[in-house]
Amino acid sequence: MELRDQIHGFVVENFLFGDLDPLRDDEMSLLDNGIMDSVGVMELVAFLEQDMGLSIDDSELVPENLDSIRNLVGFVTRKRG
Amino acid sequence: MCGICGAVSLAGGLELPDGAAERMIGVMSHRGPDEYGAWRDVSVFLGHARLSIIDLSTGQQPLGTADGTVWVTFNGEIFNYIELREELRGLGHVFRTQSDTEVLVASYSEWGEHCVDRFNGQFAFALYDRGRRRLLLARDRFGIRPLFWARHGDVLLFASEVKSLAGWPGFRPELDPAALGEIFGTWVNVPPATPFGNVLQLPAGHTATLDLGRDGERAAGPVFRRYWHPDFLPAAEDHRYVGRDERARLAGDVREALADASVIRLRADVPVGAYLSGGLDSSATAALIQHTTDRRMKTFSVGFKDAAFDETRWQQTMSAHLGTDHEMIRVGDAEIGGAFADVVWHAETPILRTAPAPLYALSGLVRAQGYKVVLTGEGADEVFCGYNILREAKVRAFWAREPESRRRPLLLTRLYPYLEQSPAGFLTRFYGAGLDGVASDPFFSHRPRWNNTGRITAFLHSEVAVAAAARDPESRLRASLPAAFADWGPVARAQYLEMSLFMAGYLLSSQGDRMLMGHTVEGRFPFLDHNVAELAGRIPASAKLAGLQEKALLKAAVADLLPAEIVTRPKQPYRAPDSASFIVGQGAELAEAMLGEDVLREVGIFDPQRIAALIRKWRAGRLTGARDNMAFIGVLSAQVQAHQFGRELEHRVADSALEPAEIAWRGVEPKP
Repeated sequence: MELRDQIHGFVVENFLFGDLDPLRDDEMSLLDNGIMDSVGVMELVAFLEQDMGLSIDDSELVPENLDSIRNLVGFVTRKRG
Repeated sequence: MCGICGAVSLAGGLELPDGAAERMIGVMSHRGPDEYGAWRDVSVFLGHARLSIIDLSTGQQPLGTADGTVWVTFNGEIFNYIELREELRGLGHVFRTQSDTEVLVASYSEWGEHCVDRFNGQFAFALYDRGRRRLLLARDRFGIRPLFWARHGDVLLFASEVKSLAGWPGFRPELDPAALGEIFGTWVNVPPATPFGNVLQLPAGHTATLDLGRDGERAAGPVFRRYWHPDFLPAAEDHRYVGRDERARLAGDVREALADASVIRLRADVPVGAYLSGGLDSSATAALIQHTTDRRMKTFSVGFKDAAFDETRWQQTMSAHLGTDHEMIRVGDAEIGGAFADVVWHAETPILRTAPAPLYALSGLVRAQGYKVVLTGEGADEVFCGYNILREAKVRAFWAREPESRRRPLLLTRLYPYLEQSPAGFLTRFYGAGLDGVASDPFFSHRPRWNNTGRITAFLHSEVAVAAAARDPESRLRASLPAAFADWGPVARAQYLEMSLFMAGYLLSSQGDRMLMGHTVEGRFPFLDHNVAELAGRIPASAKLAGLQEKALLKAAVADLLPAEIVTRPKQPYRAPDSASFIVGQGAELAEAMLGEDVLREVGIFDPQRIAALIRKWRAGRLTGARDNMAFIGVLSAQVQAHQFGRELEHRVADSALEPAEIAWRGVEPKP
C-alpha cells in the first residue's frame, strides 16, 4: 500500500470512523477542522511509532509535520530518509 | 421526595380513562412508595406518589384548602415553610396539618402565582384553583425537581417523569432522534426541549398558568412566566479589585449564608445524612451541619476499584475529621455495566458519561441504610467558580485582548497540565476557537467544548443529522437569555450557561434527582439555596475566582472547618470509567445486544458503518480519548433508551401499575 493511502486510511478509520466527507483534501488541517484533538495527536504518534516503526522526538511534534495528510506523508518520507 | 402527575381537559369535561391513575402513579412509585393519592373534579385529575419526610401523619396529598377550592400535588420541599406559616397565621390563615404542602396552598391563596417568589426550596407542583378554573404549574429556580408536560388531543398531561405520561392510555412519548443532535453538542437538550418530540419540560425558574374555559370554551394558554434567573454583576463591577478587608467581610457573609442554608435543609421528620465526595464542597456542607449538632452524623460515599477515579482517602480523612458514622460502597466495571440499563431508564435521556451509575449505586446504599434524605455539595462549582470552564473563559478572554500573544494562551496549561505534553500550536488551535467572539458571541466560553462534543454528531444516520442540524438549539438558547446577560463579563456568562444547561439538564437530573429518586432518596443542596446564589452573584468574580484560584472565596469562608489538605488539594472532577465498563460481564452483554448492525438499523438513529468502526477501535482497546468515550456512551445509552421507550414501554408501564385499592382518592368529589 502506498504511504499516502496508509496514512489516509488511518485518519479515516481512527478519527472519522469511516466517514470520508470531512476530509476535503490532503492539505487541510486536521486540527483546525476538529478531526484530531489533543488525544488524537497521541493516537497519531502511537500509529507512527507502532505501525510505521518510527521513533518520534518531542521537537518533531509540530503542525508542520503532523497537521495534514500531506505534511504527514512528507514527514514520514523524510524520517525514513 | 415524591412524584406528581395529572391531566387537564382543554375543552369540556375530563374523561379519566380506566387505569390511567394506577399506571401514571405506579410507573414512578420509586419516587414515593409510602402512599399513593389522587384527586379529581370534572376538568382535572391530580396524582401523587409520596415519600414522607415532613409531617408523616397528616401530610397526605393531593391536598386541598379547607373549603376545597384549591388543590395541589407537590413534589419537593419548601424549607422556609415554618416562617411562612407564621406569617400566614398573622394574616388570618388557619392550618390543619404540620406539612409544608398546606403552607403552599395557603401561600397561593394569599399571594397568587407570585407565591413562588417567597419559597426557599426545591419543588415542582401542579395547583388547581377551582374558583378561577386555573391550573398553575411551577418549578424551582434551579430545576432541582423535574416537571414534564405534553399535549394529547384535548388533554394536557404533566408528570415528574416522562414514563408517567406514558401511563395515560393512548399517549406515547415519541423519541426524536434529531434531539440527540443537541445532546451531542451541548450535552443536554436546551429547555424546554426533551429527547421526546411530543414532550416538553417546564424550564427552571418558570411558572405556567392555564386558564380553563367556561361553558365549553377552549382553555387559554399555557402562559409561561420566568420568575427567577441566576444574576450577576455587570462586567465592570465583576472584575473590580477586592481588597483584603472586603474579602474577609465577604467570606464571613458567605459563611453565614451557607450555614443558614445547611441548617434549614435539616428540617425533616426523618434522619438526614450527607454525602462526602472527598472534595471541598460536600466536606464544607457536612462540616457546617456537624457544627450545629451533637448527634453523630451519618455520611456516605462512593469509591472506585480503579485507583485513577478513587477518592476514598480524602473521604476517610473528612469522615475522621468530623467523627461521622461513615458508610461507603466501592464500584467497578461490573457495577457500572450492570446498572447501566437501569440508569438510562431513570435518566430518561441519552447520556455521554457513565458518571450517573456510581451515584445510582450510592443512593442504593443510602436506601439500604434506612435513610431517605441526604445533603450534598452540588452547585458549589457553579455558584463559587470551581469549574475549569470558568477559569478557561477568564484566560481566553484575557488572550482575546491580545490574540497574537504567544504567552497568554500558555496560561491554559495551568488549568490542563497535560497540555504541556501537546505539540506546539495545538493548544492555540483548540482553545482559540471563536476567540474573536469574546464580546459578540454569547457562547464564547463554551465554543471549544461544544465544537469538541459536536463531532459526535458524525455518528448519526445522515437523515437524522440533517434534521438535527435544522433544530438550531443556539437560537432557542439565545432567545431565552435574560436581558442582563449582555452586560455580564465572560466568567458570569459562563456561569449562567453552566447553571442553565449542564447543571439543570444533567447534573441535577441525570446525575441528581433521577439517580437519587431511582432508589427513593431525596437530595438537598445548600449551595443551591437562592439566598446563597444571590449573595454570590453580587460578589465580584475577581473575589470568587482570584486569579485562577478556583473557589478562592468559598475556601476562605470554610477553611477553619476543614483539614488543610482538603482545602488545598486540587479539584478532582468527578468521573467514572466509561467505555471500559462494557468489556466483560453484564455491560458487555448489553453493548453486544444494543450495538449490533441489525439493532442499529432497526432503531435507525445511527450510521451502522461508523458505529462498526467505533466498535472496532473499542475492541482493540484504543478508545482512550474523551470524545470517543462520549460517543460510545452516548450511542449505547441512546440505543438502550430507544428500546425502553419502544417495544418495552407498554409492558414496563403495565407491570408497574397499581391496584385501584392502593390509591386513596381525596376530596369531596366521588370517583366516577
